[in-house]
Amino acid sequence: MGKPTGFLEFGRQDPAELPVTERIRFYKEFALPLEEREMARQGARCMDCGIPFCQSGCPVNNIIPDWNDLVYRGRWKEALAVLHSTNNFPEFTGRVCPAPCEEACTLNINSDPVTIKNIEHAIIDKGWEEGWVQPQPAARGTGRRVAIVGSGPAGLACAQQLARAGHAVTVFEKSDRPGGLLRYGIPDFKLEKLHVERRIEQMAAEGVDFRLNQHVGVNVPAKTLLVEYDAVVLAGGSEHPRDLLVPGRQLKGVHFAMEFLPQQNRRIAGDRIPEDVAITATGKHVVVIGGGDTGSDCVGTSIRQGARSVTQIELLPRPPERPDRLVTWPDWPLKLRTSTSQQEGMTRDWGVATKEFAGRDGCVRSLRAVRVEWRKDGRGAPTMHEVPGSEFEMKAELVLLALGYLHPVHEGMLSELAVGLDGRGNIAATDSEGGYRTSVAKVFAAGDTRRGQSLVVWAIREGRQAARAVDEFLMGSSDLPR
Amino acid sequence: MSHPGLPARQGLYDPRHEHDACGVGFVAHIRGQKSHAIVEQGLQILRNLSHRGATGADPLAGDGAGILIQLPDAFLRREFLRNGVSLPVAGSYGIGMLFLPRQSEQRRTCEEVIAQTAAAEGMAVLGWRDVPTNNLRLGRGVRDVEPAIRQVAIACGEIPAGESLERKLFVLRKRIEHAIRSCAALGGAEGFYIPSLSSRTLVYKGMLLADQVAEYYPDLADPALVTALALVHQRFSTNTFPTWDLAHPFRMIAHNGEINTLRGNVNWMAARRATMSSRFLGDDLDKLWPLIVEGQSDSACFDNALELLVAGGYSLAHAMMLLIPEAWAGNPLMDEKRRAFYEYHAALMEPWDGPAAVAFTDGRQIGATLDRNGLRPARYLITDEDIVVMASETGVLDIPESRITKKWRLQPGKMLLIDLEAGRIIDDTELKDRLAALRPYRTWLDKTQLVLEKLASVPVAEHEAGALLDRQQAFGYTQEDIKFILAPMAIGGQEPVGSMGNDTPLAVLSNRPKLLYCYFKQLFAQVTNPPIDPIREELVMSLVSFIGPRPNLLGLDQAEPHRRLEVTQPVLTGEDMAKIRRIRECTDGCFDAITLSMCYAADQGAAGMEAALDALCAGAEEAVRNGHNVLILSDRDVGALLLPIPALLATSAVHHHLIREGLRTKVGLVIETGSAREVHHFALLAGYGAEAVHPYLAFETIAGMAEVLPADLKPAEACKRYVKAVDKGLLKVMSKMGISTYQSYCGAQIFEAVGLNTTFVNRYFTGTASKVEGVGLGEVAQEAVRWHQLAYGDAPIYRSALDTGGEYAYRIRGEAHMWTPQSISQLQHATRTNSYATYKEYAKLINDQSQRLMTLRGLFEIKKSARPVPLEEVEPAREIVKRFATGAMSLGSISTEAHTTLAIAMNRIGAKSNTGEGGEDARRYPEAREGESLRSRIPSVVRDIGLQPGDSLRSRIKQVAAGRFGVTTEYLVSADQIQIKMAQGAKPGEGGQLPGHKVSEYIAQLRFSVPGVGLISPPPHHDIYSIEDLAQLIHDLKNVNPRASISVKLVSEVGVGTVAAGVSKAHADHVTISGHDGGTGASPLSSVMFAGSPWELGLAETQQTLVLNQLRGRIAVQVDGQMKTGRDVVIGALLGADEFGFATAPLVVEGCIMMRKCHLNTCPVGVATQDPVLRKRFTGQPEHVINYFFFVAEEVREYMAQMGFRTFDEMIGRNDMLDVRAGITHWKAKGLDFSRILHQPATAAGAAIHHRESQNHGLDRALDHELIRQAMPALESRKPVTIDLPVRNINRTIGAMLSGEVARRFGHAGLPDDTIVIRAHGTAGQSFGAWLTHGVTLELRGDANDYVGKGLSGGRIVISPPADSRIVAEDNIIAGNTVLYGAIDGECYIRGVAGERFAVRNSGAIAVVEGAGDHGCEYMTGGTVLVLGVAGRNFAAGMSGGIAFVLDEAGDFTKRCNLSMVELAPVPEEDRTIGENEAQGGELETHGVVNINHLEHSDATILRRLIQNHLRYTGSTRARMILDNFDVYLPKFVKVMPVEYRRALAEMAAAQARAQQPESLVKHG
Repeated sequence: MGKPTGFLEFGRQDPAELPVTERIRFYKEFALPLEEREMARQGARCMDCGIPFCQSGCPVNNIIPDWNDLVYRGRWKEALAVLHSTNNFPEFTGRVCPAPCEEACTLNINSDPVTIKNIEHAIIDKGWEEGWVQPQPAARGTGRRVAIVGSGPAGLACAQQLARAGHAVTVFEKSDRPGGLLRYGIPDFKLEKLHVERRIEQMAAEGVDFRLNQHVGVNVPAKTLLVEYDAVVLAGGSEHPRDLLVPGRQLKGVHFAMEFLPQQNRRIAGDRIPEDVAITATGKHVVVIGGGDTGSDCVGTSIRQGARSVTQIELLPRPPERPDRLVTWPDWPLKLRTSTSQQEGMTRDWGVATKEFAGRDGCVRSLRAVRVEWRKDGRGAPTMHEVPGSEFEMKAELVLLALGYLHPVHEGMLSELAVGLDGRGNIAATDSEGGYRTSVAKVFAAGDTRRGQSLVVWAIREGRQAARAVDEFLMGSSDLPR
Repeated sequence: MSHPGLPARQGLYDPRHEHDACGVGFVAHIRGQKSHAIVEQGLQILRNLSHRGATGADPLAGDGAGILIQLPDAFLRREFLRNGVSLPVAGSYGIGMLFLPRQSEQRRTCEEVIAQTAAAEGMAVLGWRDVPTNNLRLGRGVRDVEPAIRQVAIACGEIPAGESLERKLFVLRKRIEHAIRSCAALGGAEGFYIPSLSSRTLVYKGMLLADQVAEYYPDLADPALVTALALVHQRFSTNTFPTWDLAHPFRMIAHNGEINTLRGNVNWMAARRATMSSRFLGDDLDKLWPLIVEGQSDSACFDNALELLVAGGYSLAHAMMLLIPEAWAGNPLMDEKRRAFYEYHAALMEPWDGPAAVAFTDGRQIGATLDRNGLRPARYLITDEDIVVMASETGVLDIPESRITKKWRLQPGKMLLIDLEAGRIIDDTELKDRLAALRPYRTWLDKTQLVLEKLASVPVAEHEAGALLDRQQAFGYTQEDIKFILAPMAIGGQEPVGSMGNDTPLAVLSNRPKLLYCYFKQLFAQVTNPPIDPIREELVMSLVSFIGPRPNLLGLDQAEPHRRLEVTQPVLTGEDMAKIRRIRECTDGCFDAITLSMCYAADQGAAGMEAALDALCAGAEEAVRNGHNVLILSDRDVGALLLPIPALLATSAVHHHLIREGLRTKVGLVIETGSAREVHHFALLAGYGAEAVHPYLAFETIAGMAEVLPADLKPAEACKRYVKAVDKGLLKVMSKMGISTYQSYCGAQIFEAVGLNTTFVNRYFTGTASKVEGVGLGEVAQEAVRWHQLAYGDAPIYRSALDTGGEYAYRIRGEAHMWTPQSISQLQHATRTNSYATYKEYAKLINDQSQRLMTLRGLFEIKKSARPVPLEEVEPAREIVKRFATGAMSLGSISTEAHTTLAIAMNRIGAKSNTGEGGEDARRYPEAREGESLRSRIPSVVRDIGLQPGDSLRSRIKQVAAGRFGVTTEYLVSADQIQIKMAQGAKPGEGGQLPGHKVSEYIAQLRFSVPGVGLISPPPHHDIYSIEDLAQLIHDLKNVNPRASISVKLVSEVGVGTVAAGVSKAHADHVTISGHDGGTGASPLSSVMFAGSPWELGLAETQQTLVLNQLRGRIAVQVDGQMKTGRDVVIGALLGADEFGFATAPLVVEGCIMMRKCHLNTCPVGVATQDPVLRKRFTGQPEHVINYFFFVAEEVREYMAQMGFRTFDEMIGRNDMLDVRAGITHWKAKGLDFSRILHQPATAAGAAIHHRESQNHGLDRALDHELIRQAMPALESRKPVTIDLPVRNINRTIGAMLSGEVARRFGHAGLPDDTIVIRAHGTAGQSFGAWLTHGVTLELRGDANDYVGKGLSGGRIVISPPADSRIVAEDNIIAGNTVLYGAIDGECYIRGVAGERFAVRNSGAIAVVEGAGDHGCEYMTGGTVLVLGVAGRNFAAGMSGGIAFVLDEAGDFTKRCNLSMVELAPVPEEDRTIGENEAQGGELETHGVVNINHLEHSDATILRRLIQNHLRYTGSTRARMILDNFDVYLPKFVKVMPVEYRRALAEMAAAQARAQQPESLVKHG
């Protein structure tokens, strides 16, 4: 039961990181793992709550108290088994998850939460290191074939679950490498691609057939999937970005984040990006618009590329540093968060609305903006008001739009299949038991493409849940855990 | 045999749950001299025991009373002659006393049956006589069912007078009863009953009040009616139904107490039929069956059994010893022969276990015996005129002191017998020695008794077994079984402990498969009998079990006694099991075991289970008929192809099948099962017939748990500890029902089923109560199949791991809970931000159980009225909240901050908070003034809370629990309501323990104990062993504080309604029905999960029973247990509750996040902890709590509006507004049937269905009114007064009301010593000097009954014999049982011997007594006790503080002292100069309380002073002699010193020294 008094005896210890000056010189991960003994102490801080709020805070419902305790007792291999029982890819979430579990941790009410994410990270790293992570091919096949479109975290989780249940799974990926956002969205300094690769390898060994450069709806007719497979899972993500249609948008140097970030990942992977399409921050004044995780990734990448300056602006007001945890816990609170990239030398500004981009020679040079205030309207909804006379201009030689994604790309596959959409333009399907079914027979949907843009951990959850739904659909019942 | 007065079973009411208790007594002339005076005296005893009985709604309707006398030959001869019948020679005829139907036709039929049956038995009816009766003063209800009462004279033909005639009359009576019952013309036996049919005795009884007996039966006033003995009884039953035949005495006994093991005893009796034969009864034996008819009271069943034994040739005393044996197993003081006697007889019959004082007679001998634990009072005296008077109390007859030669009491397990023919008293020792020597029991035992553990070991066969994990899964093991159950048991040898109640669904509502064990809830004792403390009173407990055939019960002189196989405890190891398997070889063929498999082919699926069960039963029967005498039912061959029948089902099915076939006692039943792992499982297997259990899979699991167990714990040792833990747990489960031996528990079925249908229960668990129906064999089988599939299927999460469980800690994949992350956070957010909208979201989560079934009430639908009322016309929320109270959470269990926050909030809204047990800080009593805060009152709080002027920190409800910690007079007078905690939802029937490290300085101060010294709460209130005891405590408390209402807290279980009716009759103003699922700071997990039932059941049963009895109006009913929302309140109200208790929800509002670690003191939110560091984290505010209760009330109002109720009162009891939710499709829940919950008893128009009247406490008769009047000068101006007055046994609780007045005016400090001196003379009633305060002295010349000085709070009590007494004080009893229970402070000097449990739970009083019964100083935590004589057994059990000195002249005290917590030491000689100086110093002169400081004074000094005081106050000659020869006596004193107390004192001394040191350094420096 952990150590009942651990939380009183030991303080929270986060892993150290390489100093900024060092880490920005390369694109590698920079967290310095804690010693095993310290890890055990951190595990001992877990109180093994009668109600583990962390488990509910976690989208994949990781059984956190159990593996915290096992780590405390040095039973790492069992900890890994428990961890894997709810999460196919803890090495991804252990690195990039914003850890809503820690917000929900009971210690977070009046103290520092358990370093849940870091413990997860340590368990899975040790698992790989010790060779505990091995392919688990199904004992016998079912003879059913399932096509999964998209190899992001949702598609991968779904594929792995279904393959282990004995189905023949084929994953269609439009890109040249599998992994989706894990591969081309998240920078290497947050998630080195080795982790993605060895999972893919494991899954291939479990019988998952990865078909690359197969863009369903573009170079593969979507209908053929319906013919050739017993079930189809759409897990193509939510790739239609939100644009900022202000004057100057067409200028060169104003790009979506997802035009910029994948290039760097490709470079690191050894690809060459032709000069004419390359987007780099080197030597430039960079402005990142949008305060979310993608924005931060743009910041970190720009700094590593040697930007002259990096500024990140956000439309919403600056959130409080310390929310009133008595009325926010255990929910995800609105609070000022600073990413590691944001610690690497940049400027942040809030309540800024971009009015236009100005340029020379067709290239962006500066950005004009105005300060805004948010006030509640008559019905209590916050509304934006420009502050008169607060217009200002800033240098901007590269502008990266990280404003989120609206919905999946509708053209191509979705329109070909005529899948029903919800009010937000996502594929319509419920997430309840027996859900994840689209309006088209035997077609399922999982991940951002269904629920809208979200976290990796949500994508994994969706993939797992959809897998169970598919298995039930194919077999009548399912032993796969929800 | 029939109870025309009892209503039929209806709704949740079932007459078989009725209880009774009473006053019992007899008077006899030792030499058999008959006189009418004996009758008069008997009737006088009855009148003086009136207060031990009760009346119902109608003050003229008593519960029953009666008298048994010797057959008055002359009187009857004369009377019958008047009818033209001349009786034959005295002794050669029998007289039957008969209750007959009043309808003449039916009556004649009965009389014809009697005549015919008599003729068939070779006897003849001589004639009839109408017994004159006078029913003028009977209540109407009683008169309505009054029988025709006639006497019949039976001529006995050839049968010789004496034993043979009695035997034949017994057979005749049984035959008549059977014949009448089966007589079609009568349609049953309604209205027919035979009070007695004997040539020796005659019983006059009826549904009468004690003082109505003589008036009702004019016979009794006839001077010709003479007898040498009179046995009388006054009944107190839990109902108000007029039942003439349930009155005592029965044919041979009058009983005060309760047989807890009745179900088992009755079953075993039936099971013996085939093995029984009697030389005396011969073929007549067969005519007796059914020997014990269903539906009788426990006493009547007992009477039947006794009659059989006596008819079968046992002497009266011998039979009584067989039925109610002394505790012999663990008694080092018992004579070897006597032990052999008991040990031999143990195999013949299991004890009829329970608290009992039984007076018995056959007309020639009369006697009485007490149960092994001495739980009922029985006092007797002998006069110089050869009269013996025995009664529940002393003082029942006005006998001049000067005539009395001996006053004594019945001691635990002891017997008193008067042989009127021999003309002498035979005392316990002589009687039992003689019986023990009658036959060579020891030799027989040596020859026949085989103890399994002592048999030579045989090799354990290796079993072919599949993977451990698969088999664990097949039996439904979860990860929690390992983590929360097996690990703590294997490591600590203790049952696991948890906290915060149970918020998971009932098994029948759960979506998950549940073990069959989970459908059964343990029953427990409350009110009508006490639970036992199996740890501190281990000496009465026994786990010995007999496996194999039972001897012929009536073969009492069989030359070659049967071989018997004994195990010392019922959990068998692999090695034991191997011996059983090969028992044939081990015992030279005496025993022959056969193994029957409980598994069947898995491919038969669920549908195959019924046939498999039938086959198993048939196989068992065949095996027995083939001569096998040990049956092993095993599921060891479980595997992919074989599916196990749930072991409990198989066990009970086989057990009942064999009972029905009359074969059960020919065979032993051993269960080898993988399913049993926790205590509850073993208890169930035992309760349904298993004589031993081998939990092989639990052992294998433990052996495979190396990673969880400490490295140095070897598997073998871990298994040993596990067995120990199960044993301890079993003792606890047994003792919570007041059962002390496994043998009696075995087959006793002390469970109720919740969620099993009647067909299933009747077939396989015959005799078990099940009130809401539910699943049957089909679903039970399906669950087994599910487990099996899980084990041998291919689900990935079960491939390498057990199911998560989620019962004890929330897990998303586990069992559902009511308290979830969502419900907790929404409730907290709602109350912190005062958002009703958020509250409604929370309420929806709890209330809406359309998807996820959690509670019975979740399945109800609240009807809407066709005429709803506008919301604004509904009673306002500020009125509704006044019905709310917070739960009894003690300051030890939650922090000061959490506790006071609740009090402040509840007081602000006019609701009530509850102290919980453990006292309350008197600084909380005054109202807050401007500018005050919590910290300004109680500086030790670490989180301050602002107060508003007028705020009160006082808990309006003061709890009185068994520990009586901090229950001072001041505490009681500061209450608006005093709550007697009979049981707690999370652990009914159990005590508690606050370990020393939790007893902080503050808690010690509140509890009047020493910091760092552990405090034990006993399981029972030692002043409540029965319903009339409870009435007494209610009376006591009402006296102390007449302004407070008295509440009794019960826990829901089947039969709680009848208990509540009894509580109402005992004059409680208020009763709380707690659900089984309530919270707790710490409690064994098996109790949290498996004891008690949902409140919906208990409340509905309570309401129905109270209404049926017309007792509802005079008592307020509160319900609590997992109350969370307004809907819960509404359903509670509709089912009959006036008020509502909330505990967990307000704690959640205060910040509790259901950590479930309360018992570890690590609460991270500062709620349930005493650690100041953690308490700093407390964030609760009174405002949050207030918001919560207003939200709940608002929600209630919305429902009321929908239902069309404007006032809350209109809603109470309107269960017609409830409906069962339509369309329940849940595979298990669809079988539930709530019609019994929703039943409404037919009532007279205008009968109350909610609280609207008040109780008549009869306080106006209290002597204290006079005391208060005379003490006015003292009360008003502190002027000393002296009061003289005579007292009688009916003057109860003398001094309490006066003390309440003192405390109200002067607080705990009271008045200066001796300000009010009361000189009483005579016999004082019970609770003499209860809660006597500082400044009041009570001197009694005479003697006293039970509970002297209960709760003594500073006063002084002196009891000594009157001047004209001829007895030697130190050899006679002068005070009853349980003296100084819960005493806080003060002094008590008793010249003479006191009864059992002297100074039990004393916290600080000083007492001197000249001898004391068993269990002296039990649970004592402080004070000083001096026993100048013999102290009984089990002295100092659970004594953690204070000091006792015992004069041990015989030198055998060590054997009688319980040394588990104390050390014994001689008293060192005093330092002469100090001693003498002090001896002559101030205290004697000032007549002050002896100031004893265990730190400062030498022991000898304390001792001498105490004896000096004793001499001065009582004039004790013994004290004089000891003082005169102090040097001679001093070495004979033994000092009893609790180990923990010694350590704490040393620490305090060191701390004092440290505190003084710096000062002295300064001085010298």
